[in-house]
Amino acid sequence: MTRSTIDGAALDYAAGGGLLSRRTLLASAAAGTAAGLLQPRMAQAEAEIPEWTKAAGARARGYGAPAAAESAVQRAIIEPWQDVAPAFSLSGTPHHKLRGTITPSGLHYEVHHGGRPDIDPARHHLMIHGLVERPLQFDLDALERYPMVTATHFLECAGNSLFNAVMPEPMQAGCDMLHGLVSNTEWTGIPMAVLMEEAGVKPEGKWVVAAGADGPSLARSIPMEKVMSDGMLALYQNGERIRPEQGYPMRLLLPGFEGNMNIKWLTSLWVTEEPVHTKDESGEYTEILADGSSVQFTFAMGVKSFITHPSSTMTMSGPGFYEISGLAWTGAGKVAKVEVSADGGTSWAEAALAGPVLPQALTRFSLPWHWDGSPLVLMSRATDETGAVQPARADWKARYHASNFLHYNAIQPWQVTAEGAVQNVYL
Amino acid sequence: MSIFKPATAALLLTAAAARAEGPGLGQPLEAADIPFYATYVKPDGTGLPAGSGTAAQGAEIYAAKCTTCHGETGSEGPVMPPVGPNDVWAKPAGSYWPYATTLFDYIRRAMPLEAPKSLSDDETYALAAFILERNGVIDADTAMTAETLPAVKMPNHGNFTDVWAKQGAKPW
Repeated sequence: MTRSTIDGAALDYAAGGGLLSRRTLLASAAAGTAAGLLQPRMAQAEAEIPEWTKAAGARARGYGAPAAAESAVQRAIIEPWQDVAPAFSLSGTPHHKLRGTITPSGLHYEVHHGGRPDIDPARHHLMIHGLVERPLQFDLDALERYPMVTATHFLECAGNSLFNAVMPEPMQAGCDMLHGLVSNTEWTGIPMAVLMEEAGVKPEGKWVVAAGADGPSLARSIPMEKVMSDGMLALYQNGERIRPEQGYPMRLLLPGFEGNMNIKWLTSLWVTEEPVHTKDESGEYTEILADGSSVQFTFAMGVKSFITHPSSTMTMSGPGFYEISGLAWTGAGKVAKVEVSADGGTSWAEAALAGPVLPQALTRFSLPWHWDGSPLVLMSRATDETGAVQPARADWKARYHASNFLHYNAIQPWQVTAEGAVQNVYL
Repeated sequence: MSIFKPATAALLLTAAAARAEGPGLGQPLEAADIPFYATYVKPDGTGLPAGSGTAAQGAEIYAAKCTTCHGETGSEGPVMPPVGPNDVWAKPAGSYWPYATTLFDYIRRAMPLEAPKSLSDDETYALAAFILERNGVIDADTAMTAETLPAVKMPNHGNFTDVWAKQGAKPW
């Protein structure tokens, strides 16, 4: 247990539960009164010298890997039907073990409807056909010669946070299981408009049916307007070729739209007049409402946030100073504001957003906090630039049929117990 | 005619510029090189191949290839049982989906999970017929074909709101 030496009574509080002014640490550091945070130590002649400081290091290697001691930082794998259908799986990013905003490529979430295909890039083609003047195909060598753009965007599965959506009692699990089906990447590739215009979309071509080269040939109908405005043929993920889990050798990127539409292993773009009602837009990615009717073509992800530090499954290391930190995003553009409450929603304080705040990208928020050791509930509430605000869970549930687990974006409360345990709760 | 040349050249330049900044390296794609899964059967039946199948024929194929995931009768699951209502999945394909054509296309491209694209067109029609008949959407005697399948009226057809048409990219 690490005890903080900050004097809680002397701090500048922003809201209940010990939430501090965003300027707290900066101010105290500037005044040189960071109360015991910096304790000079005398050099000790007898200090232990660790063995790695008395030996040559390991030889160079061609591709780096995380430290051995970090081997527990893994995606949480969910195979809902286990050995009956192991090719259907979900793998959640362990956000509670990460900081910053970019998701390491090896920890990007996955949702596979038919497993991860093993594609020979030399035999993979992208076809553009249907209502176009010139049906075209592109191999990877040709695509590599196109001018490329780079943009940072989140991807979120429409089913992210599904356990909170449907379980009667809150599941006690980490952010990997509860909210792991969202990740954030610097993508590099070719603007879709360049390729579509090369093929020459006919005026009646209003939709594009994108299909992957995976076993099930997963397909979605996408409005031409979206494809042409900011769609990208993504070839690179965080600077390196896209991982097989994310669609090697190429995927469609539709910033802000539900993950399922960002077709992995993309091989075909078929231009049509109308949506064709593929399997995924007929049942798996439609939502049943409270009145029994359904909504379909619900493409953009709503505004959302959750606190990663501290979060469910963590244990506090005693009363004192902490930085509350979390992630916020919206499919509608930029995050405008994140508020944090440490008293179950009675009072709120505005968190600092780590800039630059990018559209359709994960945004890190933080707020200093002095925990006095008493039980309380932490939560974050994001507002986006359109004015949309994260709903409370009860308000979200009231809109939908009890079975619906898609597009869940409700506020996440974390209970901190007097013993320092952090638990998932519903409020 | 020479006075038209500069105008023609200008038009060509404009066309090239409108075709964006790409180097134009796409190769012609012949219709014969487009696999079936690069298109999708449309609700009006466009794209359906010749062939036919009945629910009785489908029942045999289903028993051999589908029960492990979807259950003995199609309503047990565990994986998204296509026959409803059931206790496992609120959106059974054979009653919830708005168009019957999707059954044919999805089964043909994606089922069974371990051997997608292994079913013949006749087998696919038969499985679509089996699922529809089990859901009470068609009777046992009606064979599914390129003519009959798109004519099937799905019971949940009129129960969807198109959010894209209603409000575009604004989240629901």
